[in-house]
Amino acid sequence: MVSDFILRAALAGIGVALVAAPLGCFVVWRRMAYFGDTMAHSALLGAAAAIAFDIDATLGVFIVSVLVALALLALERRGGLATDTLLGLLSHSALAVGLVVMGFMTGLRLDLFGYLFGDILAVGTNDLILIWGGGAVILAVLLRIWRPLLAATVAPDVAAAEGMNPARQRLIFMLLMAGVIAIAMKIVGILLITALLIIPAAAARRLAHTPESMAMIAAGIGALAVAGGLGAAVAADTPAGPTIVVAALVLFLIGLIPWHGKAADHG
Amino acid sequence: MPRTARAVAPDTAPGTPGGVLFRATGIGVKRGGEWLVKGVDLTINPGEIVTLIGPNGSGKSTTAKVVLGLMRPDAGRIERAAALRVGYVPQRLAIDDTLPFTVRRLMTMTGPADDDAIVHALSRAGVGHLIDAAVQRLSGGEFQRALMARAILRRPDLLVLDEPVQGVDFAGEVALYELIRDIRDELGCGILLISHDLHFVMAETDRVLCLNHHVCCAGTPQSVAADPEYRRLFGPRAVEALAVYQHHHDHAHGPDGEVIPLASRDPAAHSHGDGAVCRLDHEHEHDHGHHGSGHDADDIHPIDPASATDGQ
Repeated sequence: MVSDFILRAALAGIGVALVAAPLGCFVVWRRMAYFGDTMAHSALLGAAAAIAFDIDATLGVFIVSVLVALALLALERRGGLATDTLLGLLSHSALAVGLVVMGFMTGLRLDLFGYLFGDILAVGTNDLILIWGGGAVILAVLLRIWRPLLAATVAPDVAAAEGMNPARQRLIFMLLMAGVIAIAMKIVGILLITALLIIPAAAARRLAHTPESMAMIAAGIGALAVAGGLGAAVAADTPAGPTIVVAALVLFLIGLIPWHGKAADHG
Repeated sequence: MPRTARAVAPDTAPGTPGGVLFRATGIGVKRGGEWLVKGVDLTINPGEIVTLIGPNGSGKSTTAKVVLGLMRPDAGRIERAAALRVGYVPQRLAIDDTLPFTVRRLMTMTGPADDDAIVHALSRAGVGHLIDAAVQRLSGGEFQRALMARAILRRPDLLVLDEPVQGVDFAGEVALYELIRDIRDELGCGILLISHDLHFVMAETDRVLCLNHHVCCAGTPQSVAADPEYRRLFGPRAVEALAVYQHHHDHAHGPDGEVIPLASRDPAAHSHGDGAVCRLDHEHEHDHGHHGSGHDADDIHPIDPASATDGQ
Protein backbone atom coordinates (compact mmCIF):
# COMPACT_ATOMS: atom_id res chain seq x y z
CA MET A 1 0.00 0.00 0.00
CA VAL A 2 2.73 2.44 0.95
CA SER A 3 4.64 3.19 -2.20
CA ASP A 4 8.39 3.43 -2.38
CA PHE A 5 8.48 7.14 -2.99
CA ILE A 6 6.39 7.84 0.08
CA LEU A 7 8.61 5.60 2.18
CA ARG A 8 11.69 7.38 0.87
CA ALA A 9 10.07 10.73 1.53
CA ALA A 10 9.23 9.72 5.10
CA LEU A 11 12.75 8.42 5.76
CA ALA A 12 14.28 11.57 4.30
CA GLY A 13 11.98 13.91 6.21
CA ILE A 14 12.46 12.11 9.50
CA GLY A 15 16.22 12.08 8.98
CA VAL A 16 16.25 15.83 8.47
CA ALA A 17 13.92 16.43 11.42
CA LEU A 18 16.11 14.39 13.78
CA VAL A 19 19.11 16.57 12.91
CA ALA A 20 17.32 19.90 12.57
CA ALA A 21 15.52 19.79 15.93
CA PRO A 22 18.58 19.64 18.27
CA LEU A 23 20.29 22.35 16.24
CA GLY A 24 17.02 24.26 16.28
CA CYS A 25 17.13 24.21 20.09
CA PHE A 26 20.40 26.12 19.95
CA VAL A 27 18.90 28.50 17.40
CA VAL A 28 16.11 29.21 19.89
CA TRP A 29 18.38 29.41 22.94
CA ARG A 30 20.80 31.71 21.16
CA ARG A 31 17.96 33.80 19.70
CA MET A 32 19.23 33.19 16.21
CA ALA A 33 15.96 32.42 14.40
CA TYR A 34 16.38 35.29 11.99
CA PHE A 35 20.00 34.36 11.52
CA GLY A 36 18.93 30.86 10.48
CA ASP A 37 16.42 32.39 8.11
CA THR A 38 19.12 34.53 6.53
CA MET A 39 21.36 31.52 5.99
CA ALA A 40 18.47 29.52 4.56
CA HIS A 41 17.46 32.29 2.16
CA SER A 42 20.97 32.35 0.79
CA ALA A 43 20.52 28.70 -0.20
CA LEU A 44 18.82 29.69 -3.47
CA LEU A 45 21.93 31.62 -4.43
CA GLY A 46 23.90 28.53 -3.48
CA ALA A 47 21.78 26.35 -5.74
CA ALA A 48 22.22 28.83 -8.60
CA ALA A 49 25.97 28.97 -8.01
CA ALA A 50 26.10 25.17 -8.00
CA ILE A 51 24.51 25.09 -11.45
CA ALA A 52 26.76 27.88 -12.73
CA PHE A 53 29.96 26.22 -11.52
CA ASP A 54 28.66 22.74 -12.23
CA ILE A 55 29.12 21.40 -8.71
CA ASP A 56 26.80 19.40 -6.48
CA ALA A 57 23.79 21.46 -5.35
CA THR A 58 24.13 20.43 -1.70
CA LEU A 59 27.77 21.50 -1.68
CA GLY A 60 26.90 24.79 -3.37
CA VAL A 61 24.23 25.55 -0.80
CA PHE A 62 26.56 24.66 2.05
CA ILE A 63 29.35 26.90 0.78
CA VAL A 64 27.14 29.91 0.09
CA SER A 65 25.38 29.60 3.48
CA VAL A 66 28.75 29.58 5.22
CA LEU A 67 29.91 32.60 3.21
CA VAL A 68 26.75 34.54 4.09
CA ALA A 69 27.19 33.66 7.77
CA LEU A 70 30.81 34.83 7.68
CA ALA A 71 29.80 38.02 5.88
CA LEU A 72 27.28 38.68 8.60
CA LEU A 73 29.86 38.16 11.34
CA ALA A 74 32.25 40.52 9.57
CA LEU A 75 29.58 43.21 9.13
CA GLU A 76 28.53 42.79 12.72
CA ARG A 77 32.09 43.26 13.91
CA ARG A 78 32.49 46.33 11.76
CA GLY A 79 29.56 47.92 13.58
CA GLY A 80 27.42 50.79 12.36
CA LEU A 81 24.24 48.84 11.66
CA ALA A 82 22.11 46.90 14.11
CA THR A 83 22.22 43.13 13.74
CA ASP A 84 18.56 42.82 12.79
CA THR A 85 19.02 45.41 10.05
CA LEU A 86 22.02 43.47 8.74
CA LEU A 87 20.04 40.24 8.87
CA GLY A 88 17.13 41.72 6.96
CA LEU A 89 19.50 43.22 4.44
CA LEU A 90 21.43 39.99 3.86
CA SER A 91 18.42 37.70 4.03
CA HIS A 92 16.41 39.39 1.32
CA SER A 93 19.39 40.41 -0.75
CA ALA A 94 20.57 36.81 -0.88
CA LEU A 95 17.09 35.64 -1.87
CA ALA A 96 16.69 38.35 -4.52
CA VAL A 97 20.16 37.80 -5.99
CA GLY A 98 19.44 34.08 -6.07
CA LEU A 99 16.17 34.66 -7.96
CA VAL A 100 17.84 37.03 -10.41
CA VAL A 101 20.69 34.61 -11.08
CA MET A 102 18.18 31.82 -11.54
CA GLY A 103 16.38 34.08 -14.02
CA PHE A 104 19.47 34.19 -16.21
CA MET A 105 19.51 30.43 -16.49
CA THR A 106 16.51 30.27 -18.79
CA GLY A 107 18.00 27.52 -20.89
CA LEU A 108 17.96 25.08 -17.99
CA ARG A 109 15.03 23.19 -16.64
CA LEU A 110 14.79 24.68 -13.15
CA ASP A 111 12.19 23.83 -10.59
CA LEU A 112 12.04 27.13 -8.71
CA PHE A 113 8.99 26.05 -6.76
CA GLY A 114 10.88 22.97 -5.62
CA TYR A 115 13.78 25.05 -4.33
CA LEU A 116 11.49 27.42 -2.47
CA PHE A 117 9.06 24.92 -0.96
CA GLY A 118 10.82 21.60 -1.24
CA ASP A 119 10.14 18.49 -3.24
CA ILE A 120 10.15 15.71 -0.69
CA LEU A 121 8.25 13.27 -2.90
CA ALA A 122 11.06 13.43 -5.47
CA VAL A 123 13.68 12.21 -2.97
CA GLY A 124 15.92 9.51 -4.43
CA THR A 125 18.17 6.90 -2.86
CA ASN A 126 21.19 9.19 -3.25
CA ASP A 127 19.38 11.94 -1.37
CA LEU A 128 18.61 9.48 1.41
CA ILE A 129 22.27 8.52 1.69
CA LEU A 130 23.23 12.19 1.77
CA ILE A 131 20.62 13.07 4.40
CA TRP A 132 21.37 10.19 6.77
CA GLY A 133 25.13 10.27 6.20
CA GLY A 134 25.40 14.04 6.44
CA GLY A 135 22.94 14.09 9.32
CA ALA A 136 25.00 11.55 11.25
CA VAL A 137 28.12 13.65 10.80
CA ILE A 138 26.31 16.82 11.92
CA LEU A 139 24.89 15.10 15.02
CA ALA A 140 28.25 13.56 15.89
CA VAL A 141 29.93 16.97 15.76
CA LEU A 142 27.11 18.53 17.76
CA LEU A 143 27.42 15.84 20.42
CA ARG A 144 31.15 16.42 20.61
CA ILE A 145 30.87 20.18 21.13
CA TRP A 146 27.70 19.98 23.24
CA ARG A 147 29.11 21.17 26.57
CA PRO A 148 31.30 24.01 25.24
CA LEU A 149 28.56 25.14 22.85
CA LEU A 150 26.05 25.18 25.68
CA ALA A 151 28.51 27.11 27.87
CA ALA A 152 29.09 29.54 25.00
CA THR A 153 25.33 29.96 24.74
CA VAL A 154 24.73 30.50 28.45
CA ALA A 155 27.75 32.65 29.30
CA PRO A 156 30.28 33.28 26.53
CA ASP A 157 32.46 35.50 28.71
CA VAL A 158 32.58 33.00 31.56
CA ALA A 159 33.34 30.18 29.13
CA ALA A 160 36.15 32.20 27.55
CA ALA A 161 37.57 33.27 30.90
CA GLU A 162 37.57 29.65 32.03
CA GLY A 163 39.57 28.49 29.05
CA MET A 164 36.93 27.59 26.48
CA ASN A 165 36.69 29.12 23.04
CA PRO A 166 33.15 30.43 22.41
CA ALA A 167 34.12 32.05 19.11
CA ARG A 168 35.22 28.70 17.74
CA GLN A 169 32.05 26.98 19.03
CA ARG A 170 30.00 29.64 17.32
CA LEU A 171 31.82 29.07 14.04
CA ILE A 172 31.37 25.30 14.24
CA PHE A 173 27.70 25.83 15.04
CA MET A 174 27.31 27.95 11.91
CA LEU A 175 28.93 25.24 9.81
CA LEU A 176 26.46 22.73 11.25
CA MET A 177 23.59 25.09 10.45
CA ALA A 178 24.83 25.40 6.87
CA GLY A 179 24.97 21.61 6.71
CA VAL A 180 21.40 21.22 7.92
CA ILE A 181 20.19 23.84 5.47
CA ALA A 182 21.97 22.03 2.64
CA ILE A 183 20.34 18.68 3.42
CA ALA A 184 16.95 20.14 4.37
CA MET A 185 16.45 22.27 1.25
CA LYS A 186 15.01 19.42 -0.78
CA ILE A 187 12.60 18.43 2.01
CA VAL A 188 10.82 21.66 2.97
CA GLY A 189 12.45 24.22 0.69
CA ILE A 190 14.52 27.23 1.67
CA LEU A 191 11.58 29.37 2.75
CA LEU A 192 10.47 26.88 5.37
CA ILE A 193 13.73 25.42 6.70
CA THR A 194 13.72 27.74 9.71
CA ALA A 195 10.32 26.35 10.66
CA LEU A 196 11.74 22.84 10.87
CA LEU A 197 14.52 24.20 13.08
CA ILE A 198 12.55 26.24 15.57
CA ILE A 199 8.96 24.98 15.74
CA PRO A 200 9.83 21.54 17.19
CA ALA A 201 12.23 23.22 19.66
CA ALA A 202 9.57 25.71 20.74
CA ALA A 203 7.01 22.90 21.10
CA ALA A 204 9.44 20.85 23.22
CA ARG A 205 10.21 23.63 25.69
CA ARG A 206 7.37 23.03 28.12
CA LEU A 207 7.95 19.30 28.22
CA ALA A 208 11.67 19.46 28.95
CA HIS A 209 13.65 19.91 32.16
CA THR A 210 17.16 19.77 30.76
CA PRO A 211 18.75 21.03 27.56
CA GLU A 212 19.36 17.43 26.47
CA SER A 213 15.78 16.30 27.02
CA MET A 214 14.57 19.37 25.14
CA ALA A 215 16.74 18.42 22.16
CA MET A 216 15.45 14.84 22.18
CA ILE A 217 11.81 15.79 22.61
CA ALA A 218 12.20 18.33 19.81
CA ALA A 219 13.64 15.62 17.58
CA GLY A 220 10.63 13.42 18.34
CA ILE A 221 8.18 16.23 17.65
CA GLY A 222 9.99 17.02 14.40
CA ALA A 223 9.81 13.39 13.26
CA LEU A 224 6.14 13.23 14.22
CA ALA A 225 5.45 16.41 12.26
CA VAL A 226 7.14 14.93 9.19
CA ALA A 227 5.18 11.69 9.41
CA GLY A 228 1.88 13.43 10.09
CA GLY A 229 2.43 16.17 7.53
CA LEU A 230 3.48 13.74 4.85
CA GLY A 231 0.47 11.52 5.52
CA ALA A 232 -1.86 14.49 5.40
CA ALA A 233 -0.25 15.79 2.20
CA VAL A 234 -0.72 12.46 0.47
CA ALA A 235 -4.29 12.11 1.71
CA ALA A 236 -5.38 15.65 0.92
CA ASP A 237 -3.10 16.17 -2.07
CA THR A 238 -1.50 19.31 -0.61
CA PRO A 239 2.14 20.41 -1.09
CA ALA A 240 4.21 18.18 1.22
CA GLY A 241 6.76 20.70 2.57
CA PRO A 242 4.25 23.28 3.75
CA THR A 243 1.97 20.54 5.11
CA ILE A 244 4.84 19.24 7.26
CA VAL A 245 5.33 22.74 8.67
CA VAL A 246 1.60 23.00 9.35
CA ALA A 247 1.76 19.66 11.17
CA ALA A 248 4.63 21.00 13.32
CA LEU A 249 2.57 24.10 14.06
CA VAL A 250 -0.39 21.93 15.11
CA LEU A 251 1.87 20.00 17.50
CA PHE A 252 3.16 23.28 18.91
CA LEU A 253 -0.40 24.53 19.43
CA ILE A 254 -1.40 21.27 21.13
CA GLY A 255 1.51 21.85 23.49
CA LEU A 256 0.09 25.26 24.41
CA ILE A 257 -3.11 23.74 25.77
CA PRO A 258 -2.87 23.95 29.56
CA TRP A 259 -2.74 20.58 31.24
CA HIS A 260 -1.92 19.56 34.74
CA GLY A 261 1.09 17.40 34.21
CA LYS A 262 4.20 17.96 36.28
CA ALA A 263 5.90 19.63 33.35
CA ALA A 264 3.30 22.35 33.23
CA ASP A 265 4.43 24.12 36.36
CA HIS A 266 7.98 24.28 35.16
CA GLY A 267 7.70 26.47 32.15
CA MET B 1 51.60 53.26 42.92
CA PRO B 2 51.48 52.56 46.64
CA ARG B 3 51.92 48.95 47.59
CA THR B 4 50.79 47.30 50.75
CA ALA B 5 52.94 44.78 52.49
CA ARG B 6 50.92 41.64 52.94
CA ALA B 7 50.66 40.24 56.41
CA VAL B 8 49.22 36.92 55.33
CA ALA B 9 50.63 34.99 52.45
CA PRO B 10 48.65 31.82 51.90
CA ASP B 11 50.86 30.26 49.31
CA THR B 12 48.53 27.43 48.51
CA ALA B 13 47.53 28.17 44.96
CA PRO B 14 48.64 25.33 42.71
CA GLY B 15 50.89 26.19 39.82
CA THR B 16 51.74 29.60 41.15
CA PRO B 17 54.92 29.14 43.09
CA GLY B 18 55.16 32.07 45.41
CA GLY B 19 54.87 34.68 42.70
CA VAL B 20 52.09 36.97 41.65
CA LEU B 21 49.01 35.59 39.91
CA PHE B 22 48.62 38.48 37.57
CA ARG B 23 50.55 41.62 36.86
CA ALA B 24 49.66 44.33 34.39
CA THR B 25 52.10 47.14 33.74
CA GLY B 26 50.97 50.30 32.01
CA ILE B 27 48.17 48.60 30.12
CA GLY B 28 45.85 50.55 27.87
CA VAL B 29 42.86 49.58 25.75
CA LYS B 30 41.95 51.65 22.72
CA ARG B 31 38.61 51.47 20.94
CA GLY B 32 37.57 53.66 18.04
CA GLY B 33 40.60 55.92 18.47
CA GLU B 34 39.93 56.56 22.16
CA TRP B 35 41.66 55.12 25.16
CA LEU B 36 39.12 53.38 27.36
CA VAL B 37 41.81 52.93 29.96
CA LYS B 38 45.44 53.91 29.89
CA GLY B 39 48.51 53.41 32.02
CA VAL B 40 46.93 50.95 34.43
CA ASP B 41 49.22 49.04 36.77
CA LEU B 42 47.59 46.16 38.55
CA THR B 43 49.03 43.30 40.55
CA ILE B 44 47.09 40.48 42.14
CA ASN B 45 48.82 38.16 44.58
CA PRO B 46 47.51 34.86 45.93
CA GLY B 47 45.20 35.40 48.91
CA GLU B 48 44.76 39.06 48.13
CA ILE B 49 41.60 41.03 47.45
CA VAL B 50 41.99 43.95 45.08
CA THR B 51 38.99 46.21 44.54
CA LEU B 52 38.49 48.33 41.44
CA ILE B 53 36.23 51.30 42.02
CA GLY B 54 35.29 54.11 39.71
CA PRO B 55 32.29 55.82 38.15
CA ASN B 56 30.27 54.17 35.38
CA GLY B 57 32.22 54.12 32.15
CA SER B 58 35.53 54.61 33.89
CA GLY B 59 37.04 51.47 32.38
CA LYS B 60 36.51 49.04 35.27
CA SER B 61 34.93 46.34 33.12
CA THR B 62 37.50 46.88 30.39
CA THR B 63 40.28 46.37 32.90
CA ALA B 64 38.55 43.25 34.23
CA LYS B 65 38.24 41.88 30.70
CA VAL B 66 41.95 42.31 30.20
CA VAL B 67 42.59 40.45 33.46
CA LEU B 68 40.23 37.68 32.34
CA GLY B 69 41.95 37.45 29.00
CA LEU B 70 38.77 38.44 27.12
CA MET B 71 40.41 41.57 25.73
CA ARG B 72 43.88 42.23 24.47
CA PRO B 73 45.44 45.44 25.70
CA ASP B 74 46.76 47.82 23.03
CA ALA B 75 49.53 49.01 25.28
CA GLY B 76 51.46 47.74 28.24
CA ARG B 77 52.55 44.36 29.43
CA ILE B 78 50.76 41.46 31.06
CA GLU B 79 52.16 38.60 33.07
CA ARG B 80 50.11 35.66 34.19
CA ALA B 81 51.13 32.80 36.42
CA ALA B 82 51.62 29.60 34.45
CA ALA B 83 48.47 27.47 34.19
CA LEU B 84 46.48 30.14 36.00
CA ARG B 85 43.01 28.83 36.80
CA VAL B 86 40.55 31.68 36.45
CA GLY B 87 37.04 31.92 37.86
CA TYR B 88 34.63 34.60 36.73
CA VAL B 89 31.47 35.78 38.43
CA PRO B 90 29.69 38.12 36.02
CA GLN B 91 26.98 40.52 37.07
CA ARG B 92 24.22 38.88 35.06
CA LEU B 93 23.79 36.23 32.46
CA ALA B 94 21.34 36.70 29.64
CA ILE B 95 19.96 33.18 29.57
CA ASP B 96 16.96 32.80 27.31
CA ASP B 97 13.82 31.55 29.03
CA THR B 98 13.52 28.79 26.45
CA LEU B 99 16.63 27.10 27.83
CA PRO B 100 15.83 24.69 30.68
CA PHE B 101 18.88 25.40 32.81
CA THR B 102 19.02 24.60 36.50
CA VAL B 103 21.53 25.71 39.09
CA ARG B 104 22.91 22.15 39.05
CA ARG B 105 23.65 22.53 35.34
CA LEU B 106 25.24 25.91 35.92
CA MET B 107 27.71 24.19 38.24
CA THR B 108 28.88 21.80 35.53
CA MET B 109 28.72 24.33 32.72
CA THR B 110 32.41 24.33 31.84
CA GLY B 111 33.41 20.98 33.27
CA PRO B 112 32.03 17.88 34.96
CA ALA B 113 31.80 17.62 38.75
CA ASP B 114 30.50 14.97 41.07
CA ASP B 115 27.17 15.46 42.70
CA ASP B 116 28.38 15.52 46.32
CA ALA B 117 30.84 18.28 45.50
CA ILE B 118 28.10 20.28 43.79
CA VAL B 119 25.76 19.94 46.76
CA HIS B 120 28.55 20.89 49.16
CA ALA B 121 29.60 23.96 47.17
CA LEU B 122 26.02 25.18 46.88
CA SER B 123 25.30 24.78 50.58
CA ARG B 124 28.59 26.46 51.39
CA ALA B 125 27.38 29.45 49.38
CA GLY B 126 23.99 29.28 51.12
CA VAL B 127 21.95 28.23 48.11
CA GLY B 128 21.84 24.46 48.58
CA HIS B 129 18.04 24.54 48.45
CA LEU B 130 18.13 26.06 44.95
CA ILE B 131 19.98 23.20 43.30
CA ASP B 132 17.06 22.32 41.01
CA ALA B 133 15.80 25.87 40.50
CA ALA B 134 15.84 27.39 37.04
CA VAL B 135 18.71 29.85 36.78
CA GLN B 136 16.41 32.40 35.17
CA ARG B 137 14.24 32.49 38.32
CA LEU B 138 17.00 33.41 40.78
CA SER B 139 17.12 36.80 42.43
CA GLY B 140 20.24 38.91 42.04
CA GLY B 141 21.70 37.75 45.35
CA GLU B 142 20.85 34.09 44.80
CA PHE B 143 22.40 34.23 41.37
CA GLN B 144 25.62 35.72 42.73
CA ARG B 145 25.72 32.99 45.38
CA ALA B 146 25.18 30.28 42.80
CA LEU B 147 28.05 31.68 40.76
CA MET B 148 30.23 31.85 43.86
CA ALA B 149 29.37 28.21 44.52
CA ARG B 150 30.78 27.54 41.05
CA ALA B 151 33.95 29.26 42.17
CA ILE B 152 34.11 27.12 45.31
CA LEU B 153 33.66 24.01 43.17
CA ARG B 154 36.21 25.02 40.56
CA ARG B 155 38.85 26.23 43.02
CA PRO B 156 40.32 28.97 40.85
CA ASP B 157 43.66 30.64 41.55
CA LEU B 158 42.22 33.97 40.52
CA LEU B 159 38.58 34.93 40.95
CA VAL B 160 37.11 37.99 39.24
CA LEU B 161 33.81 39.33 40.57
CA ASP B 162 31.96 41.98 38.60
CA GLU B 163 29.80 44.12 40.88
CA PRO B 164 28.66 41.16 42.95
CA VAL B 165 26.40 43.15 45.26
CA GLN B 166 24.48 45.09 42.66
CA GLY B 167 20.75 44.76 43.16
CA VAL B 168 21.24 43.08 46.52
CA ASP B 169 19.76 44.62 49.65
CA PHE B 170 21.85 45.89 52.53
CA ALA B 171 21.87 42.74 54.65
CA GLY B 172 22.50 40.63 51.58
CA GLU B 173 25.40 42.88 50.65
CA VAL B 174 27.13 42.32 53.97
CA ALA B 175 26.57 38.58 53.72
CA LEU B 176 27.92 38.45 50.17
CA TYR B 177 31.08 40.28 51.17
CA GLU B 178 31.55 37.79 53.99
CA LEU B 179 31.15 34.93 51.54
CA ILE B 180 33.72 36.48 49.23
CA ARG B 181 36.15 36.79 52.10
CA ASP B 182 35.51 33.21 53.19
CA ILE B 183 36.17 31.98 49.65
CA ARG B 184 39.44 33.85 49.65
CA ASP B 185 40.37 32.38 53.03
CA GLU B 186 39.44 28.84 52.07
CA LEU B 187 40.87 28.75 48.58
CA GLY B 188 43.76 31.14 49.12
CA CYS B 189 42.93 32.58 45.73
CA GLY B 190 43.53 36.12 44.59
CA ILE B 191 40.34 38.11 44.08
CA LEU B 192 39.65 41.05 41.82
CA LEU B 193 36.45 42.79 42.85
CA ILE B 194 34.79 45.40 40.67
CA SER B 195 32.45 47.90 42.18
CA HIS B 196 30.90 51.21 41.35
CA ASP B 197 29.37 51.12 44.76
CA LEU B 198 31.35 53.64 46.75
CA HIS B 199 29.31 53.04 49.83
CA PHE B 200 31.18 49.93 50.67
CA VAL B 201 34.66 48.81 50.34
CA MET B 202 35.33 45.68 52.25
CA ALA B 203 37.74 45.90 55.09
CA GLU B 204 39.29 42.76 53.71
CA THR B 205 40.25 44.58 50.56
CA ASP B 206 44.00 44.72 50.54
CA ARG B 207 44.17 47.37 47.89
CA VAL B 208 41.75 49.68 46.17
CA LEU B 209 42.35 50.98 42.69
CA CYS B 210 40.34 54.05 41.94
CA LEU B 211 39.88 54.17 38.20
CA ASN B 212 38.77 56.91 35.86
CA HIS B 213 40.28 55.90 32.51
CA HIS B 214 43.56 55.87 34.39
CA VAL B 215 44.46 54.95 37.95
CA CYS B 216 43.56 58.04 39.98
CA CYS B 217 44.87 56.63 43.17
CA ALA B 218 45.57 53.29 44.69
CA GLY B 219 46.33 51.87 48.07
CA THR B 220 44.52 50.70 51.16
CA PRO B 221 40.84 51.69 51.45
CA GLN B 222 41.87 54.24 54.05
CA SER B 223 44.60 55.87 52.03
CA VAL B 224 42.39 56.02 48.93
CA ALA B 225 39.61 57.71 50.86
CA ALA B 226 42.10 60.30 52.05
CA ASP B 227 43.56 60.86 48.62
CA PRO B 228 42.82 64.28 47.10
CA GLU B 229 42.38 62.62 43.69
CA TYR B 230 39.63 60.44 45.10
CA ARG B 231 37.96 63.45 46.67
CA ARG B 232 38.22 65.36 43.42
CA LEU B 233 36.70 62.49 41.42
CA PHE B 234 33.82 61.63 43.68
CA GLY B 235 33.39 64.85 45.64
CA PRO B 236 33.57 65.37 49.38
CA ARG B 237 30.26 63.56 49.89
CA ALA B 238 31.85 60.39 48.61
CA VAL B 239 34.27 60.36 51.50
CA GLU B 240 31.33 60.11 53.82
CA ALA B 241 29.90 57.44 51.61
CA LEU B 242 33.02 55.33 51.41
CA ALA B 243 32.37 53.24 54.41
CA VAL B 244 34.55 50.35 55.27
CA TYR B 245 32.76 47.30 56.43
CA GLN B 246 34.86 46.09 59.27
CA HIS B 247 34.84 44.05 62.42
CA HIS B 248 36.19 45.23 65.73
CA HIS B 249 39.63 43.79 65.48
CA ASP B 250 42.98 45.42 65.50
CA HIS B 251 45.03 42.51 64.31
CA ALA B 252 45.26 39.90 61.65
CA HIS B 253 46.20 36.24 61.77
CA GLY B 254 48.97 34.49 60.01
CA PRO B 255 48.42 31.10 58.39
CA ASP B 256 49.32 29.35 61.63
CA GLY B 257 47.20 31.63 63.72
CA GLU B 258 49.80 33.99 65.11
CA VAL B 259 48.64 37.52 65.69
CA ILE B 260 49.97 40.18 63.39
CA PRO B 261 49.37 43.76 64.45
CA LEU B 262 47.88 45.67 61.60
CA ALA B 263 50.08 48.67 62.06
CA SER B 264 52.89 46.74 60.43
CA ARG B 265 51.00 46.04 57.24
CA ASP B 266 49.17 49.26 56.78
CA PRO B 267 51.19 52.36 57.43
CA ALA B 268 48.62 54.51 55.68
CA ALA B 269 46.07 53.71 58.32
CA HIS B 270 48.01 55.65 60.91
CA SER B 271 46.79 58.98 59.75
CA HIS B 272 43.22 57.82 60.18
CA GLY B 273 43.38 56.98 63.84
CA ASP B 274 41.00 54.10 64.18
CA GLY B 275 41.22 52.88 60.60
CA ALA B 276 41.87 49.37 61.71
CA VAL B 277 41.47 46.67 59.18
CA CYS B 278 40.40 43.22 60.08
CA ARG B 279 41.53 40.15 58.29
CA LEU B 280 39.71 37.06 59.26
CA ASP B 281 41.07 33.60 58.93
CA HIS B 282 39.45 30.25 59.45
CA GLU B 283 40.16 30.41 63.15
CA HIS B 284 37.64 33.16 63.51
CA GLU B 285 34.36 31.42 63.69
CA HIS B 286 31.86 34.13 63.12
CA ASP B 287 28.35 33.11 62.55
CA HIS B 288 27.84 34.29 59.04
CA GLY B 289 24.10 34.13 58.88
CA HIS B 290 23.42 32.97 55.39
CA HIS B 291 21.46 35.97 54.43
CA GLY B 292 23.25 38.39 56.64
CA SER B 293 20.29 38.95 58.87
CA GLY B 294 22.53 38.70 61.91
CA HIS B 295 24.37 41.86 61.06
CA ASP B 296 23.26 45.32 61.78
CA ALA B 297 24.50 48.70 60.76
CA ASP B 298 26.95 48.78 63.67
CA ASP B 299 29.32 46.83 61.50
CA ILE B 300 29.59 49.73 59.15
CA HIS B 301 31.98 52.52 59.87
CA PRO B 302 32.79 55.56 57.83
CA ILE B 303 36.45 56.06 57.04
CA ASP B 304 36.52 59.54 58.40
CA PRO B 305 35.39 59.57 62.02
CA ALA B 306 34.46 63.21 61.65
CA SER B 307 31.86 62.64 58.96
CA ALA B 308 28.27 61.71 59.45
CA THR B 309 27.45 58.05 59.83
CA ASP B 310 24.76 57.82 57.22
CA GLY B 311 26.91 55.10 55.73
CA GLN B 312 24.35 53.60 53.39
